Amino acid sequence: MATVSLTVNGQPVTADVDPRTLLVQFLRENLRLTGTHVGCDTSQCGACVVHLNGEAVKACTVLAVQADASVVTTIEGLANGSELHPMQAAFREHHGLQCGYCTPGMIMAAVDMVNRKGSALDEHTIRAELEGNLCRCTGYHNIVKAVAAGAQAMAQAPVRQAAE
Amino acid sequence: MTATGIGAPVRRKEDQRFVTGQGRYVDDFNRPGQAHAYFLRSPHAHANIRSINTLAARAMPGVVGIFTGEDLAADGIGGLICGWMIHSKDGTPMKAGAHPALAQGKVRYVGDHVAVVIAETLAQAKDAAEAIEVDYEVLPAVVETASATKAATAVHDVAPDNTVFNWHLGNKEATDQAFAKAARVTTIELVNNRLVPNPMEPRAALGEYDLGSDNYTLYTTSQNPHVARLVLSAFIGVAPEHKLRVIAPDVGGGFGSKIFIYAEETVCVWAAKKVRRPVKWTSDRTEAFLADAHGRDHVTKAEMAMDEDGKILGFRVHTIANLGAYLSTFSSSVPTYLYAPLLSGQYDIPAIYCEVDAVYTNTAPVDAYRGAGRPEATFVVERIVEKAAREIGMDPAKFRKKNYIKNFPHQTPVIMTYDAGDYHASMNKALEVADYKNFGKRKRESARNGKLRGIGFSSYIEACGIAPSQAVGSLGAGVGLWESAEVRVNPTGSVEVLTGSHSHGQGHETTFAQLVSDRLGVPIDNVSIVHGDTDKVQFGMGTYGSRSGAVGMSAIAKALDKVIAKGKKVAAYVLEASEGDIEFKDGKFTVAGTDKSLDFASTALQAYIAHKFSGQDLEPGLKEGAFYDPTNFTFPAGVHICEVEIDPDTGVTRIERWTAVDDFGVIINPMIVEGQVHGGIAQGVGQALLEGTVYDKNGQLVTASYNDYCMPRAHDLPSFQVGMTVTPCPSNPLGIKGCGEAGAIAAPAAVINAITDALGHEDIAMPATPQNVWRAAQRNAMPMAAE
Repeated sequence: MATVSLTVNGQPVTADVDPRTLLVQFLRENLRLTGTHVGCDTSQCGACVVHLNGEAVKACTVLAVQADASVVTTIEGLANGSELHPMQAAFREHHGLQCGYCTPGMIMAAVDMVNRKGSALDEHTIRAELEGNLCRCTGYHNIVKAVAAGAQAMAQAPVRQAAE
Repeated sequence: MTATGIGAPVRRKEDQRFVTGQGRYVDDFNRPGQAHAYFLRSPHAHANIRSINTLAARAMPGVVGIFTGEDLAADGIGGLICGWMIHSKDGTPMKAGAHPALAQGKVRYVGDHVAVVIAETLAQAKDAAEAIEVDYEVLPAVVETASATKAATAVHDVAPDNTVFNWHLGNKEATDQAFAKAARVTTIELVNNRLVPNPMEPRAALGEYDLGSDNYTLYTTSQNPHVARLVLSAFIGVAPEHKLRVIAPDVGGGFGSKIFIYAEETVCVWAAKKVRRPVKWTSDRTEAFLADAHGRDHVTKAEMAMDEDGKILGFRVHTIANLGAYLSTFSSSVPTYLYAPLLSGQYDIPAIYCEVDAVYTNTAPVDAYRGAGRPEATFVVERIVEKAAREIGMDPAKFRKKNYIKNFPHQTPVIMTYDAGDYHASMNKALEVADYKNFGKRKRESARNGKLRGIGFSSYIEACGIAPSQAVGSLGAGVGLWESAEVRVNPTGSVEVLTGSHSHGQGHETTFAQLVSDRLGVPIDNVSIVHGDTDKVQFGMGTYGSRSGAVGMSAIAKALDKVIAKGKKVAAYVLEASEGDIEFKDGKFTVAGTDKSLDFASTALQAYIAHKFSGQDLEPGLKEGAFYDPTNFTFPAGVHICEVEIDPDTGVTRIERWTAVDDFGVIINPMIVEGQVHGGIAQGVGQALLEGTVYDKNGQLVTASYNDYCMPRAHDLPSFQVGMTVTPCPSNPLGIKGCGEAGAIAAPAAVINAITDALGHEDIAMPATPQNVWRAAQRNAMPMAAE
């Protein structure tokens, strides 16, 4: 067993884990943060995207021990209390989800996209940047609209963005 | 239309939990003392099992139990079933091979279930599975659809030439006569490629047994939990129906693949009692590729007979359908009654004859996948219609219009009575939205840039709202396909609706609440939709075949009518008027012609306190149920137009424009309907351009991960132009036709018609990957250059 200490959604966490434990397993099974999903076993689908030290990672491709001393944000930590993050609100407003399974990863990837690329995202950029996230329900049409709108909204809510 | 009533683009009530990570899918449930199951699967496509030695594995750390097919047999657990009987032309019943949940003496596809290991952790279960020794006698594998009946080996002894059935539909003689007098005949040979459904949530099952009550609970990724309970109890015999609770909580997409009753959930419920621990299994993606029921896999030859003017006279189709290694739950219905009755398309065709040979192979079972038979039918009809138009030299839109059905109801020669539609309206609108008249200009512009531009149509029709029970019963279904609903009005006037439909992405919590809000005038936030739990909802047939609107909501509408009728009785006592004088409008019961009224919430309270009618005939309370059995299928139809540009140097096909004009009848929530269309198109485009399931000659699944099976990604698709025309469906009280499968049904033919238009020849198979398209483009490089 190995000991890991990290901060998840603002809370300090320490645990003993089997060294082969993936970060996504640690989040789902140890911390019961089941909003982060597992959709494949080849790092292709992006359902498990979380933020590790402020950057999007696929939590199925990071060992829990690699996240030692890190700061992790999951979908559960994105909203400000009962107030949705602008990207969450945009997915709801633009029907950017159906079954909801890919949604946490999509939203976490989209927030990261805005952090890296800014808030003026055209359709081509959004589609290219969603390369790492699969959705089987929406045909991406409304996800693209949601990301564009969420990016605009994030620009108008700089306080929330800085707070993450 | 109110802001939350029928027709309003209400934002989804369920989204709050999904966007915050609070959705609860099966794998998110954990029960005290739970152990983990891992299935040892066959590495061979076809083999006899000489022996299974679990001795070393049982000694591995954390192992709770290891079970094989012998243990299931010893407990009298039956095999998995196929619930739709098909008879061959000669009247003999289909040849259904035994389908044990864990193999008994033989494995029949890579991924077939050999043993289950239950351990404290999943990692320990996997480690122990590695230590199981299985002695296989490897047999030759039957892999190819087209040649399965000529293979030297039989997948099942009951079907020595691997034929499940030779079925037919239509009038052979009349069709032969149509061909005899035809001036023109167009012929086409098509392969409808095998697909893996791939909902993003893999299947999962969590079985639990309570010794004290002798009750079983199964949490499962199901589109139809009551059907799962019925099959697990009445047929497989895992637990008595009244002792088994099946819960299908949030389910992350289904597309058909979660209709079926699989080995894994059977074993998890059964094993929970064996080990006296909750047993949880969650599929990984590779297992999903190997063992989820696949879709499509047809090899078809079709011929269309026409007169001098291009009027269709007859249509003859022969299809070989691969059903895989076992008959999955509804597999036999897919290439038969969900397929051939749609071969008339939107066209007035006097004579149709279709033969279907279903075969076993050593591949994963094939069953319903989004559209289920109807995409296969549409692909045949719309490809051959396009080809016929080209051969005649007639504009493909004009050819279609010439042959469209114009009067309704219309009886086709293949069972169906189309109740309503306006196919010209959809086509005309689609031509306008697609800017068809300027396509030539765009094609020339592409040619100047060295690109090949093509346009393709798909005038699809589907039979949805599945289905009238008597009709499907006469065709071999083992069940009726009605739906149930119960409307419980609380004393405060809030409403709970229990429905037998199941939502796994369709947004029922919103659309069903819109219907209630519309009818009762209660705020949508005061309506809860309850589904997916056999302990809460008495019975239901579930969600597939675009049936939840047309059938599920019709059941709710019927129950709401009863609630209003009862409310009138209550209001009559309270308002001291005769029941016949009470009107219900805008959420109020009013004495006609007066200002005396009682709002809905007050009526509900009066119904429960019963002060005004105590001792009378009227019973207290306000709760009504209904079963709705449809009178006909519904017939959503429309036109999709795909415009592509191909780079002949790379073979890359870009979809430049997508126009969809659909007639779904009355629409409850246009935002959700459009979303369904988008998703359907994406799956259809995936089939046409990207997705191919490849077994090698030994039956190994080569495409068993997202590295090898190409799922559509955001940059593979355009934004879609989606429009609607509306002819209300006369066959149900709401006028709904259904929208869930349309895109997947329409899209493949539209894409391939566009590519063949661009290439100038018909020779391209699905998926039209860059490699396939490049080869096809090279083949005609010279004629193209000369053009």
